[in-house]
Amino acid sequence: MESKKNYLTNGHTVGSWLLTIDHKRIGILYLLSVTAFFMLGGFFALLLRLELLTPRGDLFTSDIYNRIFTMHGVAMVFFFMIPAIPAAIGNFVLPIMVGAKDLAFPRINLLSWYLYIIGAALAFVSIVMGGVDTGWTFYTPYSSTYSTSAVTSAALGVFIAGFSSILTGLNFIVTVHKMRAPGMTWFRLPLFVWAHYATSLIMILGTPVIAVTVLLVFLERAFGFGFFDPRLGGDPVLFQHLFWFYSHPAVYIMILPSMGVISELVAAFTKKRPFGYEFIAGSSLAIALLGFFVWGHHMFVSSQSMYAGIVFSIITFLVGVPSAVKIFNWLATFYKGSITFETPMIYVLGFFGLFMVGGLTGLFLAIMAIDVHVHDTYFVVAHFHYIMVGGTVMGYLGGLHYWWPKMSGKMYNEALGRIAAIGIFLGFNLTFFPQFIAGYLGMPRRYHIYAEEFQIFNILSTGGAMVLGLSFIIPIFNMLWSLKFGKDAPANPWNAKGLEWTIPSPPTTHNFETTPIVTEEAYAYAPHDKGGH
Amino acid sequence: MMDFLLQYFPEQAGLLSAEVDAIYIFMLAVSLFFTVLVVALSVIFSIQYRKRNEKMPEAIHGNLVLELTWTGIPLLLTLFMFAWGTAVYIKQVRIPENAKEIFVVGKQWMWKIQHGEGPREMNELHVPINQPIKLTMTSEDVIHSFYIPAMRMKQDTVPGRYSFMWFQATKPGKYHIFCAEYCGTKHSGMIGSLYAMEPADYQKWLDERIKNPLEPVANQPASSSSVESPVVHGEKLFTELKCITCHSQTSGAMGPDLAGLFGRDVKLEDGRTVPADETYLRHSIINPADGIVQGYSALMPTYKGQVSEEQLLSLVAYIKSLQSKKN
Repeated sequence: MESKKNYLTNGHTVGSWLLTIDHKRIGILYLLSVTAFFMLGGFFALLLRLELLTPRGDLFTSDIYNRIFTMHGVAMVFFFMIPAIPAAIGNFVLPIMVGAKDLAFPRINLLSWYLYIIGAALAFVSIVMGGVDTGWTFYTPYSSTYSTSAVTSAALGVFIAGFSSILTGLNFIVTVHKMRAPGMTWFRLPLFVWAHYATSLIMILGTPVIAVTVLLVFLERAFGFGFFDPRLGGDPVLFQHLFWFYSHPAVYIMILPSMGVISELVAAFTKKRPFGYEFIAGSSLAIALLGFFVWGHHMFVSSQSMYAGIVFSIITFLVGVPSAVKIFNWLATFYKGSITFETPMIYVLGFFGLFMVGGLTGLFLAIMAIDVHVHDTYFVVAHFHYIMVGGTVMGYLGGLHYWWPKMSGKMYNEALGRIAAIGIFLGFNLTFFPQFIAGYLGMPRRYHIYAEEFQIFNILSTGGAMVLGLSFIIPIFNMLWSLKFGKDAPANPWNAKGLEWTIPSPPTTHNFETTPIVTEEAYAYAPHDKGGH
Repeated sequence: MMDFLLQYFPEQAGLLSAEVDAIYIFMLAVSLFFTVLVVALSVIFSIQYRKRNEKMPEAIHGNLVLELTWTGIPLLLTLFMFAWGTAVYIKQVRIPENAKEIFVVGKQWMWKIQHGEGPREMNELHVPINQPIKLTMTSEDVIHSFYIPAMRMKQDTVPGRYSFMWFQATKPGKYHIFCAEYCGTKHSGMIGSLYAMEPADYQKWLDERIKNPLEPVANQPASSSSVESPVVHGEKLFTELKCITCHSQTSGAMGPDLAGLFGRDVKLEDGRTVPADETYLRHSIINPADGIVQGYSALMPTYKGQVSEEQLLSLVAYIKSLQSKKN
């Protein structure tokens, strides 16, 4: 056993990585790629915040500023946030969690990474060609006929990266259905798997729509087909319907996996079965389903009909309820637990605070009367950063610290990990909380030059961004440090339940020497608990 | 205390500003309550149930009553938010009958505004207080959004269609107008000012502007037509563009009579029935073949590219006025 090669040492050539069909190695490839885009997107964010220190345009021209916020959004949304947890962490742990030796289609898994890389390369080409200035939302007819920037390559990049996400979703769904180990019934699946199953459904059903939509923009731009520009006989608002039909569910592609991570972390660090397991699992599916019927809440002031607005408003409130259910269930899991506070748990607590604010301000925006005022202001910017960074990134980093010993076979530095988690929480709040106030005061988003009375909030925000930026560097440093100086990780450093903790750290290429037979539910911590199912 | 709080609100200068702020304050209170609840419970549980020994805790599988409680309470609360928000929203979108008409055309990167009485302005909007103002808006190029924070009102202006927004200023003053929908290079420069004035001051301003119109601006015909009201201007265009040749009560079968058309339902050749609103009129001038009125044939040429958005607004205003004459 001991002399067996693990997945990291099983092949050292470049080819053994770039042509690997091992889900764990592909997970690592994704991890490296999304981290690169996170740093790129973060760098753009830093430039934005520096420019916004003063109401004037000091550092850049408006054209450059517009390109920077667009590239920040494109890099972060399409190339970091969407693939981060599913493709990097999910790829690595999901097959192990269900007791499989790999995903159902290992070659398709590799193909999906290559599609991501081709998409990313095209996005990068558009940066080299001078950048895109349409905003990550690509609203027509600006994007399709008016903008003179490198829209075409960016749109094609998003189009191709979309297929990577479809293939990952397909792979996860088939794996969960067909590759579960004997005894791994549906209600013994870890909640991380349930969350990824729900996410995969959205990836498969939603992503083709965005792919086709950006393709239509490309066709209008390149060949003058009239889909969206009224001068060509098109309808510009049609684009918004198509775009948000995907991009709102895409928010749940970003947040559901994070909720899955949080469920795992809460169980592992309270040493308890998550309270209301079925409700947490079911709420993931409810969110995925309802998420498809709320896209019109991005369009309350787009000249959409009043009646459509009312319907979208009420469904939006309904989708808020399952999120509340999750929070209360996690909290109830703390009750009578045996709680420890390693780094991942600090991220869980941070997630609670930030996701509460993000979720509740989502309700403000679902209220049409308020949305008419704050739509397209910094209030919206603050809200979705609380969800995306506060929700997704906290979950991502918490999960990364939790599974890092499994992935690398090394322990990171615990003190440094906790300092970073606290720094990110504080820096984040300082960056984005003032933006709620600036937004309600009426500061529109995507403004290079702004009215002077908003400056104080922007100074606070920029200060916070510095703290946030520095804190984000610490985990990267910590992980690299651990590779060289970290202690060797035991198979189960957290004393946690779950099949991934029953195999060595790092795992061998085939994960399990013999197919595991599952005899208990996912979170059988309690000595007397026979499991609910 | 009040002053301290008020600096976090834009000026309440519109009829509905306080109503929107009231919901906002309610939402802040609800949010504060739940955030404090969740944070407090996390902290209390974290301290109370921190690991004390190696014993594994008992599992608690769930509790149906609790689940129903924390599903039911948020559900009821959000339904209440929905009802209140929607009630105010309906007030925001239902335009009062007696509203004063003003036309807005967005263009990269300026706001072109024309009053019903004729005067034009650029990036400035003068209105009397205590009177509802109806904006009929469109865009010459990309999507813009007309936003007046002090009124808590915003509406996208979309090329190829008309959108509408109304507000009523309650307090004289100068307030921001912002473009809220990203529209390219100088998006953040597409700003202006709303001047809310006492009705008498406004009347003085209007009379002055009718006598001494602004210098004609780029892209606008340099004729003295800028002091004409849109209806008068539209009537002239109706003759100049030869609309009158077919669309008159005397010419018989060539084109439908337009008097009394606005607001009616129109039966089309392809079987559809559409309401003759501003957007329909505009579309029928630009793309006449898309909606041939029942009993007529597709004789009318397109005016696409031959009339500006401002001229279209004038033509639509004139056709609308034909209704009032007949009544």
